[in-house]
Amino acid sequence: MISLSHYLALGAVLFCLSVVGIFLNRKNVIILLMCIELMLLSVNMNFVAFSHFLGDGAGQIFVFFILTVAAAEAAIGLAILVVLFRNRSTINVADLDALKG
Amino acid sequence: MDNLQIATPEIFLLAATCAVLVVGLFTQAKSNTVYWLSQLSLVITLIMSLTQIGDEAVTGFSGAYTLDTLSASLKSWVLVLAIGIFLYSRDYVGNRKIARSEYFVLGLFAVSGMMIMVSATHMLTVYLGLELLALSQYAMVALHRDNGRAAEAAMKYFVLGALASGMLLYGMSMVYGATGSLNLTVVADILAGNSEVLSAERTIGARFGLTFLIVGIAFKLGAVPFHMWVPDVYEGAPTSVTMFISTAPKIAAFAMLIRLLVEGLETLSADWQQMLAIMSALSMIVGNLIAIAQTNIKRMLAYSTISHVGFLLMGIVGATSAGYSASMFYAITYAFTTLATFGVLLAVSREGFEADQLSDLAGLGKRNALLAVVMLLAMFSLAGVPPAVGFYAKLTVLESAVNAGFTWLAILGVIMSVIGAFYYLRIIKIMFFDDPVDDTQVSPASDVTAGLAVNGLAVLALGLAPGLIMSACIAAFS
Repeated sequence: MISLSHYLALGAVLFCLSVVGIFLNRKNVIILLMCIELMLLSVNMNFVAFSHFLGDGAGQIFVFFILTVAAAEAAIGLAILVVLFRNRSTINVADLDALKG
Repeated sequence: MDNLQIATPEIFLLAATCAVLVVGLFTQAKSNTVYWLSQLSLVITLIMSLTQIGDEAVTGFSGAYTLDTLSASLKSWVLVLAIGIFLYSRDYVGNRKIARSEYFVLGLFAVSGMMIMVSATHMLTVYLGLELLALSQYAMVALHRDNGRAAEAAMKYFVLGALASGMLLYGMSMVYGATGSLNLTVVADILAGNSEVLSAERTIGARFGLTFLIVGIAFKLGAVPFHMWVPDVYEGAPTSVTMFISTAPKIAAFAMLIRLLVEGLETLSADWQQMLAIMSALSMIVGNLIAIAQTNIKRMLAYSTISHVGFLLMGIVGATSAGYSASMFYAITYAFTTLATFGVLLAVSREGFEADQLSDLAGLGKRNALLAVVMLLAMFSLAGVPPAVGFYAKLTVLESAVNAGFTWLAILGVIMSVIGAFYYLRIIKIMFFDDPVDDTQVSPASDVTAGLAVNGLAVLALGLAPGLIMSACIAAFS
């Protein structure tokens, strides 16, 4: 029998993976976008699990909103990526160093 | 769909924004139609919002949306700030081939996001308002398409902002799991022990969620150690967008903090007080010390923002209603002072020239005395020199921290504001005592000049009569 803590552990592992991915990745901006998606999905996992085990529907409704916002967020992220590539001809994270002081 | 009328200003603004968006498609790039329509819709929304002040607290949309004194007055301030922002940035945006109608439309969407955040008493509405604001801001930073630095700033802002939203959501999911409700009023009720469901295990779950909520809020406010996006975004974004990011959203973030931590998780205040106290201390230290070393004025103002966020948190640390009012006063007056500062920077900039180095302000006192005086008042206010309003704002948050037993934090705040005075006074010295490097006439449009004069006077007048706003701030938390 899969219990609530199994789901929470999976959610936590996915969440940690995505945070580590954002901070360790120095290569490609697209991987950052993938990490952000993974992070939102791990939160969705939490919400669905809680919602099921609490017997309360609100958590599942929240998941629909998160999915919708995540789609909008991905669209804006990719649009910014296109603008960045047109200006810099690179999407390497390590090259994003024009701003510092 | 009960109590639809409590959201009439937001509903009107959203409809007006969509209309402006369509009108923007059919107007010439040089015409000011979109600008005037945006201002008109903001003014009408402001009037609608002002009529709601003083009504009794009403909750609608199944508890997801609340109209109380806090939300009605913060909404009005956000709208007034937005009117000022649009006025100051009109010519800057027009001169730089930044997609003009999009700037105003995204600005209007961001304003509706802030209004939703301010009224939200349900985690879902908090999240949706926050994302409406954040997504508009990411796009605004990248609006200057041919500017590589702006694109880089937008990317950094986007990634770190999305990370912050993820943290906030994770915290919300934990609080939801612990209490079984997304409604902040119900959450507060359950945590206060008014229900059978609360066990020791669940309280720990709520504490765990609280930590993530605070990380998310600190990211949005720009408090140390979650401040790394602030300097890069301020520097890279077009100045008009930097002005937008640094003013009204601070008020919205303050409201979000109050709704989540004070209204939702007040029973856990012993936990969040400590975390906020540490962030407040670090923000004041890091912000003020690093700002001294900056030569880029936008980057300097970014570190200045970080230090002011430290002061803003100082009022909340005590978890008293006097402290919350002091913080609210601080957030509002800080936003107006920053508005004046960036307004002057935008007025000094012209086609093909960005005023973003400290030396660009050299001799401003001789080039345009009025702008220099407005900047002088703004700098005095940010440094906390009486009689400008910043002095009174700092005084009240320090007082509330001392009364709540955080004397060490108050002492640190005083020391840091003395150190911080150096870089604000340096700008005044550069403006009035250095010789101008370039003698180009600085002559902003007459309505911009009038707006800046009123803004500068307000910074001074509120310092002399702080009761005007302070009474509204006290009413919001009584």
